[in-house]
Amino acid sequence: MIGGLFIYNHKGEVLISRVYRDDIGRNAVDAFRVNVIHARQQVRSPVTNIARTSFFHIKRSNIWLAAVTKQNVNAAMVFEFLHKMTDVMAAYFGKVTEENIKNNFVLIYEILDEILDFGYPQNTDTGILKTFITQQGVKTQSKEETSQITSQVTGQIGWRREGIKYRRNELFLDVLESVNLLMSPQGQVLSAHVAGRIIMKSYLSGMPECKFGINDKVLMESKGGKSGQDDGRGTSSSGKTSIAIDDCQFHQCVKLSKFETEHSISFIPPDGEFELMRYRTTKDISLPFRIIPLVREVGRQKMEVKVVVKSNFKPSLLAQKVEVRIPTPLNTSGVQVICMKGKAKYKASENAIVWKIKRMGGMKECQLSAEIELLNTNDKRKWTRPPISMNFEV
Amino acid sequence: MTDSKYFTTTKKGEIFELKAELNSDKKEKKKEAVKKVIASMTVGKDVSALFPDVVNCMQTDNLELKKLVYLYLMNYAKSQPDMAIMAVNTFVKDCEDSNPLIRALAVRTMGCIRVDKITEYLCEPLRKCLKDEDPYVRKTAAVCVAKLHDINAQLVEDQGFLDLLKDLLSDSNPMVVANAVAAISEIMDTSPNAAQVLEMNSGTINKLLTALNECTEWGQVFILDSISNYTPKDEREAQSVCERVTPRLAHANAAVVLSAVKVVMKLMEMLDTSGDYVTSLVKKLAPPLVTLLSAEPEIQYVALRNINLIVQKRSDILKNEMKVFFVKYNDPIYVKLEKLDIMIRLTSQSNIAQVLAELKEYATEVDVDFVRKSVRAIGRCAIKVEPAAERCVSTLLDLIQTKVNYVVQEAIVVIKDIFRKYPNKYESIIATLCENLDTLDEPEARASMIWIIGEYAERIDNADELLESFLEGFQDENTQVQLQLLTAIVKLFLKRPTDTQELVQQVLSLSTQDSDNPDLRDRGYIYWRLLSTDPAAAKEVVLAEKPLISEETDLIEPTLLDELICHISSLASVYHKPPNAFVEGRGGQRRVLPVKSQGEGTTEETTAPVETTQQPPQPTVIPGADSLIGDLLDIDLGPGPSMMQQQMYPQQPAAPVPAGGAGGGMDIFGEGFDNLLGGGPSGGDMLGGLGDIFGMPQSQSYVPPQEVWLSAPKGKGLEITGTFARKNNQINMELTFTNKAMQPMTGFAIQFNKNSFGLMPAQVLNIRTPLPPNQSASASLPLNTQGPVQKMEPLTLLQVAIKNSIDVFYLSTQVPLHVLFTEDGEMDKKVFLATWKDIPAQNEVQYTIQNDQHNADTVSQKLRNNNIFTIAKRNVEGQDMLYQSLKLTNGIWVLAELKIQPSTPSFVLSLKARAVDVYEAIKQVYENILHN
Repeated sequence: MIGGLFIYNHKGEVLISRVYRDDIGRNAVDAFRVNVIHARQQVRSPVTNIARTSFFHIKRSNIWLAAVTKQNVNAAMVFEFLHKMTDVMAAYFGKVTEENIKNNFVLIYEILDEILDFGYPQNTDTGILKTFITQQGVKTQSKEETSQITSQVTGQIGWRREGIKYRRNELFLDVLESVNLLMSPQGQVLSAHVAGRIIMKSYLSGMPECKFGINDKVLMESKGGKSGQDDGRGTSSSGKTSIAIDDCQFHQCVKLSKFETEHSISFIPPDGEFELMRYRTTKDISLPFRIIPLVREVGRQKMEVKVVVKSNFKPSLLAQKVEVRIPTPLNTSGVQVICMKGKAKYKASENAIVWKIKRMGGMKECQLSAEIELLNTNDKRKWTRPPISMNFEV
Repeated sequence: MTDSKYFTTTKKGEIFELKAELNSDKKEKKKEAVKKVIASMTVGKDVSALFPDVVNCMQTDNLELKKLVYLYLMNYAKSQPDMAIMAVNTFVKDCEDSNPLIRALAVRTMGCIRVDKITEYLCEPLRKCLKDEDPYVRKTAAVCVAKLHDINAQLVEDQGFLDLLKDLLSDSNPMVVANAVAAISEIMDTSPNAAQVLEMNSGTINKLLTALNECTEWGQVFILDSISNYTPKDEREAQSVCERVTPRLAHANAAVVLSAVKVVMKLMEMLDTSGDYVTSLVKKLAPPLVTLLSAEPEIQYVALRNINLIVQKRSDILKNEMKVFFVKYNDPIYVKLEKLDIMIRLTSQSNIAQVLAELKEYATEVDVDFVRKSVRAIGRCAIKVEPAAERCVSTLLDLIQTKVNYVVQEAIVVIKDIFRKYPNKYESIIATLCENLDTLDEPEARASMIWIIGEYAERIDNADELLESFLEGFQDENTQVQLQLLTAIVKLFLKRPTDTQELVQQVLSLSTQDSDNPDLRDRGYIYWRLLSTDPAAAKEVVLAEKPLISEETDLIEPTLLDELICHISSLASVYHKPPNAFVEGRGGQRRVLPVKSQGEGTTEETTAPVETTQQPPQPTVIPGADSLIGDLLDIDLGPGPSMMQQQMYPQQPAAPVPAGGAGGGMDIFGEGFDNLLGGGPSGGDMLGGLGDIFGMPQSQSYVPPQEVWLSAPKGKGLEITGTFARKNNQINMELTFTNKAMQPMTGFAIQFNKNSFGLMPAQVLNIRTPLPPNQSASASLPLNTQGPVQKMEPLTLLQVAIKNSIDVFYLSTQVPLHVLFTEDGEMDKKVFLATWKDIPAQNEVQYTIQNDQHNADTVSQKLRNNNIFTIAKRNVEGQDMLYQSLKLTNGIWVLAELKIQPSTPSFVLSLKARAVDVYEAIKQVYENILHN
């Protein structure tokens, strides 16, 4: 299991060092700094083996988190834990920065003591941790209170504490979808999938059991038996075709065995905001927009970019807050932009032209053209031409 | 309040100041001081001098302060064991505290203090805490047993903690169960005694499966990992475990998903492969694996490394998911490289078009490693998917036109492989390749280009000029390039002898006289002697047809693959190495996939479909030893040791040739030459040996092809192939050891069991050690017949024990009887007649042997080479009658009459001897020799 956990700043100075196992010595701290943080080459793997000691690391802005072990640990678990660790820190003191870590190092040690025991991850739910690891020191707790805490930490429903009360019971659901698309230079769609997340905000009293349904083809088929009948019914009764979901994953509060047998998503939600489920579909993805870029390099010091955005959805729908981000080369010195709709600006700090359109109807087309002036560089490396990205709301 | 100020105290006399503050009366000041101490500790300063002062702060009701003091204790107790005792009282007291959080904290910390005296005091509190009413304390105590076991395993076993731990598996609280499982798994891994006590059975597994639904995500990981170590007793149980584990595949935590995949992959081995259930399982596995690819990049990396294993084990799981492995712009480089690996594995005729389009894009990226790998991948596609070869080649040509140095070099390396796979198909592009000669600066690319020039010397008008230009800097070249250049020029000479004589002289003298590399020198000598003795033979040898190259590369050896499947999601699966390769000492036993219980040989059944797709087409089989030498010399491109092995021992079905394999310095003589020449390393001997072989090649006795005697899975990675040969009045056992494990092997030794002819080794086994992974070594072991005799059934059975650094292996084989025929087996004609009559008629046996278009003369010549002597020949009514005699090492004479009828395609063999037992084996010998 995890033998030790270190946090470094970008210079490789240790901010937090917690050793859980006897086989990890102090020199491990330095080994990682020398071989990974100060390595001359770019890091080629998140797992490094130095002298029979394995280092797992993740990097958040300037902060390195490294877990160390000498055993054959579950690698997926270590990385999941490191990510969870950053989430917990973020929940306690906001952004994970050097400053914040130094300011809260006592708290971090206390958290590390609690969520890793002998290198085994324990309950990492921030909601529960906050009930007994507080920055204000421990208030004198009554016996009932402490036993309530311990039963929650170890309990079956480790993500929710008892006795939550709201005057008004509310529940919010957000569906966030991102369309991932890979297109060949000829404009042919190579692969496309929608990665969806359902974010729930629950403000409910007590221990409510919630049930949730989606018009997923898988669910319907299993209820209806034969798929042929089912498709027909699906269209006639609800007026909508069912959607084929390739795969879905659930928050730990969802009873997975119930989903497997009855295909119902039932759960007791944590309090506040959490990600209930993720899903992925690949079937029948119609692209809401099409972007056609034209880049022409006019000599070494000038480049012309022309971007056309076409909306492909029904004219009755309206896209809002459309934002198109067009990357520019690192040696850009100045940009002149002309666009027919919306506002476009060159942001030097982000190396991109950001084009914002407040509203855009379906089956419309807008165009932007820009002239980019480049500085002379002796850097021979080609510009990597990063992809254009886009955000919008419907 | 900010704590960052504690990091900035660097002034002198700091320790002294801290000491004063720690002893201050004010609580706040004390706490500040302890924080400063911890901060210094973090940065790596030695603050152990403050030990007594810090321990004094332990007696406090402030939990935060207490935790800090404990943290300090854990760090320094070992260096100050005597003073650490001071803390014991507080610990024991805290273990009785009314607050469960404090009880747990005390027991947790105590376990981390590795001081013997403290450990003694730990036992009682721990025992109480294991039965504490509060689950939080119990779950902490469970882990503490593992800590204690790490410090003093004997103590844990003596004090009965193992049983207490086992009881916790039935605890009502799922988290207690999970931590108990984690502790048990760890203890079982390190201690064989404990493993007996803690052995899982179907009852405990059932409890675990129940707890699985209720515990935290981490607990689920512990439980699943533990279940994966359990082998159900039959197929039904395996299926029911699978059914209860599959819902976990939808968990949001990647570790839970991967551990569930591990359990399912392992248990699938026990299920009926053709059944619907397995089909449905395979369907269920794909989506969660694909979903892992949208996780954080580090987790994607772990997932991809595992998918790489899974695809090799069961290619059907992800065969339709090629697109998800397409590289994204913002993937980190380690994810890109892994995806590329998997793409090549999944490439098939149905998706080649898309893959090729992708690879072409990748080849224009900026990361050099990635680009190289992409170019190589294009070559792999050409070799793997024949109908797409043409498109691949044209893509490679386009890439060469880009003139990007490393792209061109990489392309040339793969084009060489394509030429080998599809000879006489794409030679039109040679001209384009030649244009880029000057840009090649890497040895592998240079060697490949030289090979191409040599191989197609007759079509390249200025081949001599090109090679000559390489020759100028001969001394400075890498060995790989030198060897290649030598062979290429010899090829050129054989193809165009008129105008290249000078060139070949030059290279031969450069490599034999001016080089101190033995490989190069030796190869030079062979060519030289060959060319001067018999140019026609040289042509046959050097320009012989080459064996096929395989289409799959970098496949993990099957036994290792099976072991790694048992370690899915763990570090071993990330490194693709068995745990003992990177874990010190502990973690003893190897994990193996379970085998289906009923029926025989089911493992073969389950793995068969995978294997058939992975096995390369059988390369050309080289029939006997006399042509072996020919192939030896034909190793003309420098593709590394495994290629060598393939050419020399083509009978071995395993060891596919990595067509892109790099590596230079080949060990022609070390590997196979010694046995052929009877091991004469000095130049004179060697040349004499050569003369022997080429002067009278017919005199070679028949040597059966090497057979696999010990397969790699049985031999724990050691594969042994072998045969018997008789030369120079001496029986030899020819052995080839191939190391297919991941670590070098040493300490080889051999011993025979008693056998019918008293065979025993005449020398100790002499083999080059250590034998590194993926290499083979050959040995020729002289035998004598002075060993103990015991009649075996069948007569020729020989039982052998072979030992190496890993284990002792037992194998049995059959000795081909003809190696036991002595040179003095020619009987006088008269004696023959008398003996024939003397032996009773009932001892005569007749066999029919298929004729292989031999006439009497070739037959008697062939047999004579093997010490079966034709004494007389008679022609009776158009039939040739041969009368023959032979003598075995133990003095048994056998007489034979061989009837050859030109009209019928078979011989009639009549045998007469006093010992009838040998008949069957002798008939076998006749068949082998005549059909060879």
